Amino acid sequence: MKDGALLQVENLTKAFPLGRSLADALRGRPQRALQALGGVSLSVNRGETLGVVGESGCGKSTLARCLVRLYEPDCGAVRFEGKDVLGLTGEARRSYHRRVQMVFQDPYASLNPRLSVGDALAEALTVHRIVEPSATRDRVGALLDLVHLPRDAADRYPHEFSGGQRQRVGIARALAVEPSVIIADEPVSALDVSVQAQVVNLFLELQDRLGLSLVFITHDLRLVRHVSHRLAVMYLGKVVETGDTEAVFTAPRHPYTRALIAAVPQVDPHQRSTREAVRGELPSPIAPPPGCPFHPRCPIAEPRCRTEVPALDRRHGGWPVACHLAGAPST
Amino acid sequence: MTAVALAWRRAPVSLVAGVVILAALAVCALAPGLIAPYDPLAFDYGALLQPPSAPHPFGTDQFGRDILSRTIAAATVDLQIAIFATLGPLVIGAIVGLLVGYYGGLADAVFGRLVDLVVTFPFLVLVIAIVAVLGPGLSNMYIAIGVVGWVFYARLMRAEVMVLRGQDYVSAAKVLGYPERRILLRHILPNAARPILVYWMTDMALAILLGSSLGYLGLGAQPPTAEWGVLIADGKNFFSQAWWITVFPGAAIVLCGMGFSLFGDGLADLMDVRR
Amino acid sequence: MTERPQPILEVRDLRVRFATSRGEVRAVDGVNLALAPGDTLGLVGESGSGKSVTLRAILRLLRSNATTTGEARWRGQDLLAMPEKRLRALRGREIAMIFQEPMSALNPVIPIGVQIAESLQAHTALDAAGRRRRAIELLDLVGIPSAAQRLAGYPHEFSGGMRQRAMIAIALAAEPKLLLADEPTTALDVTIQDQILKLLLRLSRELGMAMVLVTHDLGVVAETCERVSVMYAGRVVETGPVDRVFTAPGHAYTDALLRSMPHGGVARAPLRPIPGLPPRLDRPLQGCPFTPRCAYAEGRCGAEAPPFAPVAPGQEAACWASDRLARREVPA
Repeated sequence: MKDGALLQVENLTKAFPLGRSLADALRGRPQRALQALGGVSLSVNRGETLGVVGESGCGKSTLARCLVRLYEPDCGAVRFEGKDVLGLTGEARRSYHRRVQMVFQDPYASLNPRLSVGDALAEALTVHRIVEPSATRDRVGALLDLVHLPRDAADRYPHEFSGGQRQRVGIARALAVEPSVIIADEPVSALDVSVQAQVVNLFLELQDRLGLSLVFITHDLRLVRHVSHRLAVMYLGKVVETGDTEAVFTAPRHPYTRALIAAVPQVDPHQRSTREAVRGELPSPIAPPPGCPFHPRCPIAEPRCRTEVPALDRRHGGWPVACHLAGAPST
Repeated sequence: MTAVALAWRRAPVSLVAGVVILAALAVCALAPGLIAPYDPLAFDYGALLQPPSAPHPFGTDQFGRDILSRTIAAATVDLQIAIFATLGPLVIGAIVGLLVGYYGGLADAVFGRLVDLVVTFPFLVLVIAIVAVLGPGLSNMYIAIGVVGWVFYARLMRAEVMVLRGQDYVSAAKVLGYPERRILLRHILPNAARPILVYWMTDMALAILLGSSLGYLGLGAQPPTAEWGVLIADGKNFFSQAWWITVFPGAAIVLCGMGFSLFGDGLADLMDVRR
Repeated sequence: MTERPQPILEVRDLRVRFATSRGEVRAVDGVNLALAPGDTLGLVGESGSGKSVTLRAILRLLRSNATTTGEARWRGQDLLAMPEKRLRALRGREIAMIFQEPMSALNPVIPIGVQIAESLQAHTALDAAGRRRRAIELLDLVGIPSAAQRLAGYPHEFSGGMRQRAMIAIALAAEPKLLLADEPTTALDVTIQDQILKLLLRLSRELGMAMVLVTHDLGVVAETCERVSVMYAGRVVETGPVDRVFTAPGHAYTDALLRSMPHGGVARAPLRPIPGLPPRLDRPLQGCPFTPRCAYAEGRCGAEAPPFAPVAPGQEAACWASDRLARREVPA
């Protein structure tokens, strides 16, 4: 399966150093750091959607930004079509950017307020010489068609659009350079439910029409089930479980995945429960707990969970899970 | 034609008021001879220290020179001060602030210390010290203001750029593989320009006050050149018997300052894309 | 019709207008609500539907550019008409409110314990020692571990979930009869949201406290509320028991909203979005405001506003298509 992977991430780590107080420096304490990614490995196949879910501080946005090289990871590798991309510079780096694009969370912050929609799209086309200059206007129109915006949107400015429409512009801009992979970082979490559905459907449709690979990063489990073929669940900078979406949802192997699924408010009032899905708070990524990061909140933790870090592997067959106590998959 | 009419109707009131005042002053500055009723330097010993009257609406000074004509003629020098004393700092400050704010690092640290150094001295004292070293006169005054003044523009620009460089649309431009020059000039500069341009307007008003102060102290424009500060200095000895010599040039300074301020406010409104 | 007990809170024809630079915006346009003692009511709607404004209008917490008309009767007295002094005595003591952002509602420079004690001092006759004891009890009640030690903590030392718990503790200090909760879990992670919702549910049961929960998330309502009012364009379009409204909606908007939600169960099935956008509230609306986006719309929908009419026991909706919804009868 890994041979077919279009985008491959291996053991990626990224820490953000925090300011050190003078008192700490004098006492010789080491500089503290926020460990955002603690060795993440995953792969994205051609034409598939990988859903990445997790709560705040799990590192999912850092992962997205490392993939498009907005952040430089500390260790590990990102490979695109088998070739390492972290060392790319100049023209090679630019052509990587053409292949792997990003859609951002906040539709109000991700568009330059001083560029009309047409100018923003034309810029992407011109910089990468996607079409002849004379054909730019036609291609801008075609891109707007693709994301179901009227063609006259080209002459308007971002503030004239609603959140959902702006997100469509953001998608069109990413598509302008004809990428093979789109990294979507919480692309609909700023939108209302009814509009969210419009944008999610657009992603599904575009993927089918253009054969895109999609990394869909979200905190919304209800949504991720609708869009992704495969799923990676992250907790405190690590992937704790990854597998086929339906399999994971039907029979989650990691206790955190189980808790996450149980915590989602169900629209069906008959499924109401009064029991908390999981106790405790999210630990701070500045001082992650030793052993399994989930052990302080885990209902089934054993002594070794407190000391031994579980590796992400296919224990007892089935899909990869990072839990000492995972049994054979029940399906 | 309709586009102009539309722009005019959408323009904020303060912008319109500012434009009217500045346009009037610009006419005075460019063609004082057309408007001024007398030669600003011509003595008239038959009309010394005349109070405002029909032939001399602003009165005359101790040499019988017409105050109205001198105030109008002074606009040339004062608007020149407003522009020349601020244009250099604006351009240098914008470039330094843009680069330092975007790239950060060592250059930013050095710049930070420089700002600390400059703001600990009162601006006026610093400028006076530099002019004193270089010698009095307008061009040395421009140099003195420029040497110190760009720091304030750069500081303003740097703060704005630091906010913008974290914006998602700048990240998007990076992810799209745009060259850095394009990101700086097309995605950051136009969005960071508003505060610095508004400050520029205020600074032009301040430059006139500063120019007038230095003129008053004898370090700026040299007599007999008509300059508002010099005119006020001229009149100070006669203030009790001939208030008009000081008051009318003073009013011109106030009017000009208001013109720039109003224009700056209006510009800020106009540049708000969400309007 | 089932007999409902005498309401403690009754909102009648509430209207809120905001004067803005772009003209007058009708944020709330004739809202009616009724709440019995111990009731839990979910007020749902998308952004701009007027749900938060309604909540704030009831306690007169809106800014000065708002004009509020109508009635909000609290045990018979109109909150909107009473003198400010009387209202202040009710606020916090009988009716408490919690917000989406606890950080903006808590004072950052005062320890949590002191903030709870302040609330106790204002609303109870307890002495200093009694207030301290009660503060510890309250923190315990809202599930803050080692409560006695946390009293001295400042808001910034608490996590988002813990802050929300602390704010609930402050709100509960005077044992209010009604808790108004404005998107209390929207800023929280899903596992923490789950904990806070369960806490609110337990508290309302144990203390017999009525609650109005404003949220955009239908799932949150389904998990915590007995009754629900659905808002659209400043109006309540449907009210009823949660299990009725969510399974057999009487308004086409409720129906469309439920369908647009990801339900799970089927992988990669397209969602059913509601086309278009909500109407602008600075222009007059004719007929039902949902008409342009509605699959069931027919001729009179755009011309004549549908009356609020019973569709089932305890359930009412303002929709001309109520009867056709159940049969999925879409006009050709």
